Amino acid sequence: MERNVKSKSLDRKEIVLESLEGLGRRFCEQIDKGVFPWVEMKSRSTDNIFYSPELRQYVLGERVVRRSSRIVRHLRPFTQMVWTAYFVKELIQQRKTSTLRDVYYSAQAYDIFFKDQAESDNIITDLETVTGFPREDLNVFPEERSAVFGDLTIEYTVPGYEGRRLNLTSHPDGLMIGPALTNARLVKTGADKVIVIEKGAMFTRFVEERVYEKFNAILIYTAGQAPRSTRYFIRRLNQELELPVYIFSDADPWGMHIAMVIISGSANAAHLRDLTTPDAQWAGVWASDINSYKLPSEGLSDIDIKRLHELSRDPRYKGKLWQREIKMFMKIKKKCELEAFSRYGLTHIVDKYLPERLEELGA
Amino acid sequence: MAILYGQITTNKPVRIISSTGGSRIFKYVLMIDIEKNRPVILDRKVQKNRWKWHGTIVEFHLEGDYPKAMPRILEYLKLTAIVNPYANITFVDPRGRLYRFERKSEEVPPPPVETLPHPHGVDVETLQRIIRSTSCTNMLNFMKEHFHRVGEQTARQFLKFAGIDERLNPKRLRPNDLVDLVRAMKSFNEFLPPDANCLSPIGEDLMRTGILKELEPRFMAVSQRKPSAYSGHPFIVEVAIAYGGKVPTRNDITLYRFANKIPLMYDESGDVSWKILRSINWRRYGVSPGMPIAVLVHLCSTKIPYKTVGKELIADIPEISREILNGIREVARRLRRYLMRRKQVERQRRRLTIFSRYLPKIATFSAQLGGLKEMPDINKLYKRQMVFRDYETGNSYTDGEAFNAEPYKTILVMAKNKHESNSVILRVLGLTGSRWRVLIPEVTLEAGAEFYEMLTKKVRLVKIQVKSAARNKPGIFEAFIDGLSE
Repeated sequence: MERNVKSKSLDRKEIVLESLEGLGRRFCEQIDKGVFPWVEMKSRSTDNIFYSPELRQYVLGERVVRRSSRIVRHLRPFTQMVWTAYFVKELIQQRKTSTLRDVYYSAQAYDIFFKDQAESDNIITDLETVTGFPREDLNVFPEERSAVFGDLTIEYTVPGYEGRRLNLTSHPDGLMIGPALTNARLVKTGADKVIVIEKGAMFTRFVEERVYEKFNAILIYTAGQAPRSTRYFIRRLNQELELPVYIFSDADPWGMHIAMVIISGSANAAHLRDLTTPDAQWAGVWASDINSYKLPSEGLSDIDIKRLHELSRDPRYKGKLWQREIKMFMKIKKKCELEAFSRYGLTHIVDKYLPERLEELGA
Repeated sequence: MAILYGQITTNKPVRIISSTGGSRIFKYVLMIDIEKNRPVILDRKVQKNRWKWHGTIVEFHLEGDYPKAMPRILEYLKLTAIVNPYANITFVDPRGRLYRFERKSEEVPPPPVETLPHPHGVDVETLQRIIRSTSCTNMLNFMKEHFHRVGEQTARQFLKFAGIDERLNPKRLRPNDLVDLVRAMKSFNEFLPPDANCLSPIGEDLMRTGILKELEPRFMAVSQRKPSAYSGHPFIVEVAIAYGGKVPTRNDITLYRFANKIPLMYDESGDVSWKILRSINWRRYGVSPGMPIAVLVHLCSTKIPYKTVGKELIADIPEISREILNGIREVARRLRRYLMRRKQVERQRRRLTIFSRYLPKIATFSAQLGGLKEMPDINKLYKRQMVFRDYETGNSYTDGEAFNAEPYKTILVMAKNKHESNSVILRVLGLTGSRWRVLIPEVTLEAGAEFYEMLTKKVRLVKIQVKSAARNKPGIFEAFIDGLSE
């Protein structure tokens, strides 16, 4: 079952560019009129972050902050933001990408100073809030990388590779989800689902055990908490290719939350859309699996329990499955890792657990 | 005291030459009979005063540890120069070095006038002395003749209060009567307060001149309190505060004490002024430790209430300490106003520096971001204009470039004298209507000094003028004017 899909990656860049240039023209008009340039953006302070049940993610409330160059303490961040906007505009025009760290260092060449990377990261988040585009659209990527493997053909759009196609089964270690892949067009796929795995060892096992064939799936390795480009990529697979998404993480509050951030996003990204995959499902490992599959486990620590209490009050965890599993964790006071299945042999997880769970979830 | 000390350490006589400018000059050579406390005149000459010379010369020898005492002696002379700015003081020290403290004023305060004792301040000993020499034969006249501010009516009222017959001959008072009389004088409340006309304070103008001359402060405030009295002794407190310049930077405020224009050098921590200085919460006046601040306290009185025979520390008399406290508070309030304004100007200067650093960048990157060829004009928002660049000053005022002040709400003038030794004088003028008015009068900028000030008055144009402080000694002057439309 192969499908051809239309990518919206290219025209989106035009929209981003237009938005950035508009910002520059606006500031110039303000100065010419004798007004200190200013810009308004939604406040990202915690009291302005709300959970939206309709969007199934965190969103920013109505409170707006104005950053104006007439205020002395705004001058520095304002200047930094104008420069950052200019810098990413150049990146997009020259079809280049950069990393958060690279932006921090590049500034010095323009006589713009950030005292540390946290400051420049924060300015990039400001620019995201002002423009409404995630930094990946501004061609700025974080350093951490995750990988993808499976029957999916993509077409590159990055300079030098335009039009070149690649099937993502072509390298057994998987392909890094970097800027080139994030911006690629999704051409066709034979897969009918996406399986997301938190741990590298399990990802490798799944590739070795030909899970992509046996279960007709695209495999994604998140390397712990999924980077935003990976979340964006998972969403594209779900939205553009209409593939259901199943997430496997450790059976502990932290593993649960890795799944949740892919599904409903984080409070830190409340100013952004298109990073969540609300229909994705947390497929395991559940607390209840520890008993039913007799998995080797450890006791929950105090910090684990504290975290569980936090999660039980979190609006994103309102769903039945989540509440059930949180209660189960509290009851058995145990946790285990994905690797725990290896106790019953290397292929046990693939031969027994995976088909049973997928069936249970109606895949 | 000094002569006595000289005699007991060197056993040499003292030579005194003096004339009031009349027809004769008196020359005495004498020693002190220490046992009888009387002068022993060894030689005495009277000369004709052909040149109408007037003055007094005192010559004597004394032994001392000069290397150890030197800082104190120089300090003493400096303080003397502060409160006697009309005096030229020349000092050649034992090493042959010459120190000169030049006068900065020709004006001398009126000398003190002799006055009668006030009944509140009289003791038994004084009373006995007066009685011994009086020619009065009855108590009514005695009271009127020998006491300050006692007239016929007051004398009558008092004698009635004391239960003494008006006609009694004062010479017939017995020792016990004298004690009762002194006690009655002290407790009788109807005497008029003593008159301060007899005192010779320094005066606010001369104090300012003296402080300016020796301390060259960046700010000072002077206050002469209203005359007051304690136990029948009239007194006047004069207080000053000085900030910056040559005022020493210490952890604490520097205190300079004076009694009847004499500097008090020792036992500072026992003095009433020191105690008062310590009791004040200086932070309320914007003063923080390590600021170069000096407080001067001058007590002028017919009787200084010294605590000890060393005459170095003044006792805590409520009437006096109240005046000192209020005086210090008054000048401290004026210092606070000055410091707050400096703080505000400093804040504005920093603010403008930040604008000057960032606004051009905002304009550049906004233009490049918007893909525009022309940079927007930020001069409407902020402008920095250099009005003097390394300018060698002349003997009369030169105008700097005029600055158009109309578009701006905040205007800051900044200037620097880059010369190594010569001073310059600047002033700032503003054009309102068609007239140039002085906005900031003469400011002297020493070598290397900087100046910045905010303009508060709305004007059309601003210009700076500058000249050399001394003839043919040019300074190197640089100045900016900043405008911000906020």
